[in-house]
Amino acid sequence: MTNPKTSPMQSLSKAVTVNDNPFMKPVEWVSLLLLAGVILVVLPLMLDGFRLNLVGKYLTYAFVALGLVICWGYAGILSLGQGVFFGLGGYCMAMYLKLEASSVENTKIQSTPGIPDFMDWNQITSLPWFWHPFQSLPLTLILVVAVPVAFAFLISVAMFKRRVGGTYFAIITQAIAAILTILIVGQQGYTGGINGITDLRTLHGWDIRQDSAKFILYFVNGGLLIGCILMAQYVKKSKLGRILVAMREKEDRVRFSGYSVAGFKVFAFCLAAAFAAIGGAMFTLQVGFMSPSFVGIVPSIEMVIYAAVGGRLSLFGAVWGTLLVNWAKTSFSESFPDLWLFGLGGLFIAVVLIFPNGLAGIWREHIEPRLFRKAKSLAPVASPALPHGAPAE
Amino acid sequence: MAKDRSDTENGPRSPLRRTLLMGMAGLPALALMPRTAFAAAPISAVNTTGLAVTDTEVTVGILHSATGTMAISETGSIQAEKLAIAQINEMGGVLGRKIKVIQEDGASDWPTFAEKAKKLLVNDHCAAVMGCWTSASRKAALPVFEQYNGLLYYPTFYEGLEQSKNVIYTGQEATQQILASLDWVAKEKGAKSFFMVGSDYIWPRTSNKIARKHIENVLKGTVSGEEYFPLGHTQFNSVINKIKLKKPDVIFADVVGGSNVAFYKQLKAAGIDLNKQTLLTISVTEDEIDGIGGDNIAGAYSCMKYFQSLKNPNNEAFVAAFKKMWGEKTVIGDVTQAAYLGPFLWKMSVEKAGSFDVDKVAAASAGIEFKEAPEGYVKIHPNHHLWSKTRVAKALPTGQFEVVYESPELIEPNPFPKGYQ
Repeated sequence: MTNPKTSPMQSLSKAVTVNDNPFMKPVEWVSLLLLAGVILVVLPLMLDGFRLNLVGKYLTYAFVALGLVICWGYAGILSLGQGVFFGLGGYCMAMYLKLEASSVENTKIQSTPGIPDFMDWNQITSLPWFWHPFQSLPLTLILVVAVPVAFAFLISVAMFKRRVGGTYFAIITQAIAAILTILIVGQQGYTGGINGITDLRTLHGWDIRQDSAKFILYFVNGGLLIGCILMAQYVKKSKLGRILVAMREKEDRVRFSGYSVAGFKVFAFCLAAAFAAIGGAMFTLQVGFMSPSFVGIVPSIEMVIYAAVGGRLSLFGAVWGTLLVNWAKTSFSESFPDLWLFGLGGLFIAVVLIFPNGLAGIWREHIEPRLFRKAKSLAPVASPALPHGAPAE
Repeated sequence: MAKDRSDTENGPRSPLRRTLLMGMAGLPALALMPRTAFAAAPISAVNTTGLAVTDTEVTVGILHSATGTMAISETGSIQAEKLAIAQINEMGGVLGRKIKVIQEDGASDWPTFAEKAKKLLVNDHCAAVMGCWTSASRKAALPVFEQYNGLLYYPTFYEGLEQSKNVIYTGQEATQQILASLDWVAKEKGAKSFFMVGSDYIWPRTSNKIARKHIENVLKGTVSGEEYFPLGHTQFNSVINKIKLKKPDVIFADVVGGSNVAFYKQLKAAGIDLNKQTLLTISVTEDEIDGIGGDNIAGAYSCMKYFQSLKNPNNEAFVAAFKKMWGEKTVIGDVTQAAYLGPFLWKMSVEKAGSFDVDKVAAASAGIEFKEAPEGYVKIHPNHHLWSKTRVAKALPTGQFEVVYESPELIEPNPFPKGYQ
């Protein structure tokens, strides 16, 4: 009974598509190639430096949406506080960059040279202890992921061990996002306050403000994103992924089957936090600053919307959703500075009303069957008619 | 008249050019401005850095929040900048070229300001940008302006501690706003003890730091309390109780935005009569009173460099033109006036430099005088801030201010004040 493949549950046997279970089905390979092609080839060829940098920024949100697909779509844990992890990752990176930009030489007009400018404005005369690790690049790169994951681990262990779940968990994550924002804003001598950490210049001597640096960072970002997609795909396909789906559908049955539900939930939540943190760090590198406006409730909910628009059960859909929403946001606001929010609101309502499964739903129901009609007859294993990983309801 | 009014409320898109032109007749001073540049110089001479300048047009960006929590404050700045640009175009433009505006929405979101600033500079090649409002939005956009060598005209009074080749600060820095008014309140009201209440971010904290040093070191007074609240906070009862307990001579307030409404209403509800308890604020203009309600704040003193009620011919013409363009009911606050200065200061700097190139315009800025400013005479200091007067005014129940004090001389801007850091 512990093997979900043989589980009598309809929902499970539907979620587990085929018995031989390849890492990726042909359809998914096509989706991956399409996405990689667009991100790494088509967009860089089509767009100028400015627009490409914008796409790079959007793609950093896609990391968060990707994490939400695993955490919310598969494991059924809705987190309205992903901005916390995005922000922590981003702040870790920003602290390193800020220290590098605040060399004694650059800050000699301050009363205490060699510390970040906002500390000087707040009468702080020496570097606080928690800034010290960020003087080293390797340590920073580890902390970018480690700090948010450790924080996610603490929150999720505290809550899932006590079987707090569902709406309660969502509300608590939201509260944490609010608390962290207030903390960052309130401690402006240590964190830069509401202005955030601005005016970042170099990464280990490499000027990240140049166009060439932005170009390279875009590809690093794209590569990392595809790496994360593959990792998420691995989790999704593994036994672990099936247990997550089972948990989402009937948590008690999984628990009675002898699994430690809390442990799996903690894992899913930490994985989502790690993805978000990588996104946050890449955001800081590409945009050149970090501020508490990415940590709060509004951006956290916005990130859930990206996943919802893309389709919360589709890894690729999440990336497309993020790109679409942000592209709409930018172009609406450029064309209609006074009215664009209404346009964006309309888009969300339309998606939820007409395409409850998001972009991925449209793809699966309308495009995929047509594209793969031939492939189906050749390779029946692919079974494209079955919505893979879709919930039974 | 009533019909006229409804016409004007249609905003700038209505066919108002002619009426506007007539309104401009009330600005005789503007006609005195240098007309030397009316014969357009060839592009090659005025633009060597690839800015968006043609034989007939020059592109300028406007970057403020038209949406989000800051929209209520920033709308006035957008309106003032559009009015100034319309007036400049009526006068023949800049170096013979009409100004074309590209407006972007910062959406009260700091990263969006950075993104849009970059768009205006990199994509649209704007010769200058009028914009930003909060310190946070300026801090986010500043590296972009420095990297792509843009030119920003920033209208808000702010905390100082900054000076950039790429920014002209048309508002006051903190010492210009605070010191003279503290001297006034100490002398006029014999104030010795002060209680500070502010929103929790860089501007109130820095302003209070400067005020505290001045109170303790120069005025030999005491600060009996200093409290901060998050932006958007609406519960001030605990601090009001403390104020009642400490009985300070002066409440020194720099609460911003929506929090103001709650703060003044709760003060009134707690029985603190501002006609008896002196309150000095550096964050309330006519725009804020619109939300607070004149009755709730009547009796408080505000220190700014400009009030709508200023009596001088420049201001009367400005107020009339503003109302003609944007409706009778609009009010004009300190920042709105500062925003109005931006396009004119840019025009004069460009004409002095004889070029749109940012480096030349920035270099030509120092020493530019604008005698037709609604606030009176202003002049750009080599540190890119403005020489301006400090004024203290008492809030009236009508929502307007009555000026009670004006510094006799223009006050020198000093963004890095010695002894106040």
